[in-house]
Amino acid sequence: MYPQELLYTKEHEWIRVDESIGTIGITDHAQKELGDIVFVELPRVGDQVTANESFGTVESVKAVSEIYSPITGEVTAINPRLQSTPELLNADPHGDAWLIRVRLTDRREIESLMTADDYEAYIKEKKGE
Amino acid sequence: MVEFGGWEMPVEYAGITQEHLAVRTRAGLFDVSHMGEIEVRGREALALLQYVTSNDVARLKDFQAQYTALMYPQGSAVDDCLVHRFAENHYLLCVNAANTDKDFDWIVRHNTFDAQVRNVSSEYSQLALQGPKAEEILAKVSKADLPRLRYYWFCRATCCGVEGLLARTGYTGEDGFEFYFPPSESGRVWNAMLEAGKPEGLMPVGLGARNTLRLEAAFPLYGHELDDQTTLFEANLGWICKLQKGEFLGRDILLKQHQEGTKKKLVGFEMTERGIGRDGYNVLTDGRVVGKVTSGSPAPFLGKNIGLAYVPTEFAQVGREIQIDIRGKAIAARLVNLPFYKRPK
Repeated sequence: MYPQELLYTKEHEWIRVDESIGTIGITDHAQKELGDIVFVELPRVGDQVTANESFGTVESVKAVSEIYSPITGEVTAINPRLQSTPELLNADPHGDAWLIRVRLTDRREIESLMTADDYEAYIKEKKGE
Repeated sequence: MVEFGGWEMPVEYAGITQEHLAVRTRAGLFDVSHMGEIEVRGREALALLQYVTSNDVARLKDFQAQYTALMYPQGSAVDDCLVHRFAENHYLLCVNAANTDKDFDWIVRHNTFDAQVRNVSSEYSQLALQGPKAEEILAKVSKADLPRLRYYWFCRATCCGVEGLLARTGYTGEDGFEFYFPPSESGRVWNAMLEAGKPEGLMPVGLGARNTLRLEAAFPLYGHELDDQTTLFEANLGWICKLQKGEFLGRDILLKQHQEGTKKKLVGFEMTERGIGRDGYNVLTDGRVVGKVTSGSPAPFLGKNIGLAYVPTEFAQVGREIQIDIRGKAIAARLVNLPFYKRPK
């Protein structure tokens, strides 16, 4: 079950919006596909991220995956635990292993994102392909 | 599951890291049925194999095996493979899955000898049981005299009630066995082996860990460290190049390289800054691109990020500081001795 309070992207990121701050991470589906995560590369606080553009990478033993921001804005925080404990992304992708926090600039950017139910249907459909 | 050499294969079961560590500390079971098998028999079987491979087949005794390369005239490999000798006129090759048809056609094309070559891949399933506890586990399901079966020797044996060929060979850098047997029994042998190994912590292992294990042991992978353009000396495989055995495909070029050296060399590196140098990434010295990574990944047992690459021979010194271009950034690495990992005696 995917948390209801989050919104989801086609690239398997999630975002939780609290007032003007969006907390962004990767979904359980993404961490399963990647396997054991060993390395995370994130922007710095103060950097700008742009909707639908890559802001970093998550690496597992076997693969590198770009991570795409659902929104445009300034990075206000990055998760301090991921540099030393990247495996947290496998253990708690929707909670403790959030990646970055971004200040929203355009609320319209989150309108086209998927709900938990939509996202579950989306990955079921992808699996069937 | 992914497509690999024409087969559907599992990348991982429980996870690459867990599987890798299981093989290094306990044991792992690999389904390697995708590998190809080619039989060479006849009065001149030895002569044919001597001509098309780099290693000295004449040194093999009955039931002994050797690692070798099937050769192109330009000194590069058609494939790397194992040759098992049953008798002077009877041999079985184990070749890479993706190269099976290519290897078979190549041997047939050069068969001007009194020998018969058959592609018998469909007659064999193959499981690899690898790790320090491999012998302990196998002893429960086979009456073969395992302590007497030395590294790179094989025998006819019954395992899990099925008759086949049992070889003390492997691609992980650990002690272990590879069992070749009829495909109709594969499910039965797989399940029985996993069951027998449960108390020892035997795990099924997929392609992902197969790759990280062989990389730590610095074993080449055809298509990465080996291809039709790379000679055996460039690839650090001079040790399977027996120039004195007589004429063989590629010998002229190899003899020249043995005398004059090579322009490029395979080296091992480990990352010294945060980052993973992966397959295909550029290798730099002093900001200039000098080569490419052929295989690179985290090494789960060693706890480092390692890789193999070709660089010009003048840069191939252990200890040299290099950089790997990781998505546009030059990240520091250092050339190290190979293999990265050697199992404790």
